[in-house]
Amino acid sequence: MKFSQQWLRNHVNPPLDTEQLSHVLTMAGLEVEQVEAVAGEFSGVVVARVAAVAPHPQADRLRVCQVDAGTGALLQIVCGAPNVREGAVVPCAMVGAKLPGMTIGQARLRGVESAGMLCSAAELGLPAESAGLLLLADDAPIGMDLRQYLMLDDQVFTLKLTPNRSDCLSIVGIARDVGAVTGIPVQVPDTTPVEPSADIGMDVRVEDPAACPLYYVRRIDGIDPAASTPDWMRLRLERSGLRSLGAIVDVTNYVLLELGQPLHAFDAAKLTGGLCVRRAKNGETIALLNDQTVTLSDDMLVIADDAGAQALAGIMGGKCSAVDGHTTGIVLESAFFAPAVIAGRSRRLGITTDSGYRFERGVDFTATRHALERATRLLLQICGGVAGPVIGLSGLLPDRKPVSLRLTRVKRVLGFAMPPAEMRACLERLGMQVSGSDDVWQVTPPGWRFDIEREVDLIEELARLHGYEHMTALTPHAPVQMLPMTEWQRPADRLLRLLAARDYQEVITYSFVDPATEAELAPDVQPIRLQNPIASQMSVMRSTLMGGLLDVLHANLNRRQERVRIMEAGRCFLRDGTTFAQPQRLAGLAFGPQVAEQWGEPERLVDFFDVKADIEALFHPMPVRMHADRHPALHPGQSARVEVAGRMAGWLGSLHPALVQSHGLSSAPVLFELDLDSLLLRPLPVAVELSRFQQVRRDIAIVVDHTVSAQSLLDAMLTMDVPSVTNVAVFDSYRGKHIDYDKKSLAFRVLMQDNQKTLTDEEVEDAVRALTEMLQQRYGAQLRS
Amino acid sequence: MENLDSIVAEARSAFASVTQLADLEQVKARYLGKAGLMTAQMKQLASLPAEERPAAGSRINQARDEIAGALEARRQALRDEALARQLAAEALDVTLPGRGRGTGGLHPVTLARSRIEALFSSIGFAVAEGPEIETDFYNFTALNIPENHPARAMHDTFYVDDGSLLRTHTSPVQIHYMESHQPPLRIIAPGRVYRVDSDATHSPMFHQIEGLWIDEDVSFAHLKGVVQDFLQQFFERDDLSVRFRPSFFPFTEPSAEIDMSWGDGWLEIGGCGMVHPEVLHHVRVDPERYQGFAFGMGLERLAMLRYGVNDLRQFFAGDLRFLKQFN
Repeated sequence: MKFSQQWLRNHVNPPLDTEQLSHVLTMAGLEVEQVEAVAGEFSGVVVARVAAVAPHPQADRLRVCQVDAGTGALLQIVCGAPNVREGAVVPCAMVGAKLPGMTIGQARLRGVESAGMLCSAAELGLPAESAGLLLLADDAPIGMDLRQYLMLDDQVFTLKLTPNRSDCLSIVGIARDVGAVTGIPVQVPDTTPVEPSADIGMDVRVEDPAACPLYYVRRIDGIDPAASTPDWMRLRLERSGLRSLGAIVDVTNYVLLELGQPLHAFDAAKLTGGLCVRRAKNGETIALLNDQTVTLSDDMLVIADDAGAQALAGIMGGKCSAVDGHTTGIVLESAFFAPAVIAGRSRRLGITTDSGYRFERGVDFTATRHALERATRLLLQICGGVAGPVIGLSGLLPDRKPVSLRLTRVKRVLGFAMPPAEMRACLERLGMQVSGSDDVWQVTPPGWRFDIEREVDLIEELARLHGYEHMTALTPHAPVQMLPMTEWQRPADRLLRLLAARDYQEVITYSFVDPATEAELAPDVQPIRLQNPIASQMSVMRSTLMGGLLDVLHANLNRRQERVRIMEAGRCFLRDGTTFAQPQRLAGLAFGPQVAEQWGEPERLVDFFDVKADIEALFHPMPVRMHADRHPALHPGQSARVEVAGRMAGWLGSLHPALVQSHGLSSAPVLFELDLDSLLLRPLPVAVELSRFQQVRRDIAIVVDHTVSAQSLLDAMLTMDVPSVTNVAVFDSYRGKHIDYDKKSLAFRVLMQDNQKTLTDEEVEDAVRALTEMLQQRYGAQLRS
Repeated sequence: MENLDSIVAEARSAFASVTQLADLEQVKARYLGKAGLMTAQMKQLASLPAEERPAAGSRINQARDEIAGALEARRQALRDEALARQLAAEALDVTLPGRGRGTGGLHPVTLARSRIEALFSSIGFAVAEGPEIETDFYNFTALNIPENHPARAMHDTFYVDDGSLLRTHTSPVQIHYMESHQPPLRIIAPGRVYRVDSDATHSPMFHQIEGLWIDEDVSFAHLKGVVQDFLQQFFERDDLSVRFRPSFFPFTEPSAEIDMSWGDGWLEIGGCGMVHPEVLHHVRVDPERYQGFAFGMGLERLAMLRYGVNDLRQFFAGDLRFLKQFN
C-alpha cells in the first residue's frame, strides 16, 4: 500500500513529524517499508503562462518568450525547450530560485536578456515522463508557488501490510488505526446519500446471495466524456502508484484507495438488459479489461447481462462493457463479495488486481453503500450528469459476533497486568463495542475488521495498542531438569568435526540438482521432480550428495585450487512407494595430492586407502567391512559397499573413469557417501580383564591368487577355533616382481595369548600350523619362507 | 729421572694430537700398554740399588697416574667433541612447517547452528528435526494456514506432487514434535527450508532455526526475555537492543517481528509469537491449560552478522577460499 502522507494527514493529523509518524505506523504493525519525498529540494518556482514566443536573433534553437508569472509584468525569458509554445502553462524558476544543483540569476543568453528559466520535470527532481518543459493544466493558477500547486511538500509512504489487516488497505483505514494508537480524532469523507436527480433504473438480480450478500448499483447519465480529473485527485492516485485513466475510472480508483471499497463502472450503453450476479458456467469465457481472455469455472462469480458475463465479480471488469472516452452513461457498482468466493481465484487465473486483493482479505460491508454515495458525489462534481436511485439487494452479511475476553487470560498470555481502564479504552478506540461483567467482557468488532474472532485476537490488539516496545521482558522460571544424553549415540556435529580434523572442508549445496547429473550418478533412481523449479538445472531433488560435491570440485578447480577435500551432511530424497524417503547422509570427496605440496612429504595423489582410513576413523570403534561392489558412479575395480554391524552403511570408491573423462578431471577423486544413522551408533565400552601372561607374535607369509580378498583370509583365521589367537592383521601386501602376475603375497601378524598360563612353544607352533594348513587347503595358499 | 718428566710431557702432547677416540687407544698403548714406556720404566727399577727403589717407584707411579689422567681428560674431551658434532649435525630447522595433512573446518552456517544449539541446550531445549519434503497439511493446514488463505501467497512454495512440497519454514517440526510429545516441552529445530526466490539477498534454499516452548504459564513476556537473552549471548554483546514489532503469522498470536539494533538502525532477524490456540488444537494439546511461544530465525542472517559476511550467495557457492576463513 502506497500513499501520500498529505492525504493521510487530511484524515488524521497527529503532532508528529514524518519520521515519528513512520515509527508509529511501524510499531502499530503497519510496517513502513519506504518513505520517499515526491520532489527534489527547490524553491522560487511558480506557475506561469507563456504569453508570446519569438525567434532568437542569434540562435536557431532558442526562443525568446514573454512570460506571465503573476508578477503584473511580463518577463522576458530565453528558452531552448522544443515544446515551448504560446499559451503553455509551465513552471517558471524566478531570478533567485534554487533548483537541485543550481541557483537562477539574471542572465544574458547569446545577447538576449533572460529573467528566469522555464523548467522541465527533471530539472525539478520530479519523475520525468518526457523531455521538454513540464506542461501544467491550462487552468493552473498563474503565479502560484509550484510546490503548493503540485502539493510537492509531500512524501510517499509504502506500507508492507500483513494479510490480516485488510482494513488498512485504504487511507481511511490507516487513519483509523493511527487515530486508535495516538488518540487523535479521525476525519471521514462525506458519504451522505446523493438524492436521485433522474428516474433511471436498472433490472438487477443476485442468484447467489451467500456469495454476494450486498449488491448496490446506480445509473448515472449525462456524463461529460471530456471532463478531466482534477489535479489533486490525479496526484493522489499517482502517489499511490495508479495512473490516471480518465475521470470515471479515476473516481472509482480514488474511492477504492480512500475507503477501501472496490467499485466498478459499466458503460450503460454497452449493456444488454439487466444485471445478474451469478456463478460462472464451467468453460464460460470472458475477455477482461487487461485484454486477457480467461476460462471460468463454476466456483467463480460473475456479473452478467443478457449477453453474457460482463465482469469477474470482485476481481476485474470485462472489456465489452468497459467505459471509454465516449462514455456518457454508466452503471456504478458497489458490492460486498464473501472472501471465500474470491480467495485463490485470482492466483488460479494469474491476475492480481487491487479489487481482488481486498475482497479476498475482507472489505468493510458496513461501508459498501457509503462508497457508492461518495463516488456518485465525486462523479457529479467532476463529470456532471444526473444520478438515478440506488438499487440495492442484500442477503446474509457476515456475523459480527461478540467475542469473550477474560481479563485473567490477558495477563496470563501477555505476562503482565494491563489496567482494565486502559484495556477498555484501547478496544473502544479500535471501534469495538465492549460490554459485560468485571471479569469477562463481550467485545463486538467493527465491520471493517475481519481478524477478530477469538479471545487471542483481542489480546493481540491490546498488546499492539499498549505498544510491544513497552511490554515487559521476563526471564522464564522452569524446573531444573537435565536433558537425556545417550552415550551410545554421538551427535552428528562430532562427525563433521572429526572429518574437519582430517582436512575436509564442509560445504552446503542445494538440495535440488541438475537432472543430467542425477542421471549420470544414479541412473537407476527415478528422481523426484519439482513442479515449479527455479531453473532447469535445479529441477530434481538429489538422491545422492555426490553431485553437489562434484559441482563444488569443479567450481574450485576453475579457481585454480589443485587440492580439494570437501564434505557435506544433509538429506537425500528418494521415492518410497507413495511417500518419500529422506535419509540423512554424510559424504566426502578428496581430489589431488593426499597432502598439500610440502618440504617433508613426497607428493602423491590421494587414493582409495587414504579415504578408507578416514571412514574407519569416522566409525571407530565400530569395525568397518568393505565389500567389492559396483556403483554406477564409481570405478568398478575401486569401489566398495561399506558395511557396519552387518548393515549397509554406504559407498566408497574412485570416480568412474568415464566420469573422470567426461568431467575433464586430471585424476580421479575418491568419494564416499554414508548413512548418518549408521554413524551415530557407538557401543558403550565395557572393560574386560587383561591377561597377565606373555603375548606371542608369529608372522605368516603366503602367496595366493590375487582375487582372494585379504578380508576373507582374516575372517577364516579369526573364526577358526584356535583359542590362543587374539588378533590377526595384515602387515604386508605385494604384487609384482618375483611373483606370478595373477598372484599376490600377503603377510599376517598373528598375536596369541592365554588368560590362564604362558603359552608353550609347542602350543604356539601348533596354532600357527593349524592356521597355515587351513590357508593352504581352503585358499591354495603357498607358504613363503 | 728427568726421563720420566719428558715421558709425561711427550704423552700429553701425543694425546693432544689425537683427534679420534679410536686412535687414542693406540697412542695409550705406547705409554700405558704392557710393552709401553711406563712398563719399561718399572722394569728398570730392578737395576736400581734397593734403598733408591721405593722413591723411584713412587715417582714412576706418580708419572703413570699423570699420564692416565691426561688420557682420561683427552678421552672425555674427544667424547664431548663427538657429541657436540652429533648434536650440531642433528639440529633441525624447527621453523619448517609440520608435516602431513592440514586441517579443514565447518561451514559458517553450521558454526552458527551449533552455537545456537549449545546456547539453547544450556536452558534445557532439546534439538528436533523434521522432513524437508513436507505435506501441505504439516506446512500449512496444521499451522492454521488453510487453503486459499492469503498467507499462502507469502510463501513462494516449491511443489513436488499434489499435496507434497518443500517445506517453506521449520514450523512444521512444531507439529511433528507435539504429535509425539506431551507438554511441557522445549525444543529448537534447525534445518533447510525452501522458497521460490532467488536474487542477491534471497536464496531458494536457506536455513531456519525454530524454537518452541509450551508449558502452563509461558507468556509473551517470557518470549521477549528469551529472545533478547539469546541474541545478546549469541553476539556476545550486552548492549544489543531487541525490538518486538507487531506482525502477523497464522500460527502465532500475538505475533511479532524481531528487530535487533545494528549499526545505526534496526535489522529484522526473525519472527515469533504465542502459539495460536488453533495450532495446539490440531495436535490435541488443550489450549486452555497449555500455552507457549514459538520463534523462527534465519541462520544465514545470523551467521552473516556474526562473521561479517556480506553476500548471502557465498554460503552456497562452495568457494574454498571463502569457507576456509572460518576454520
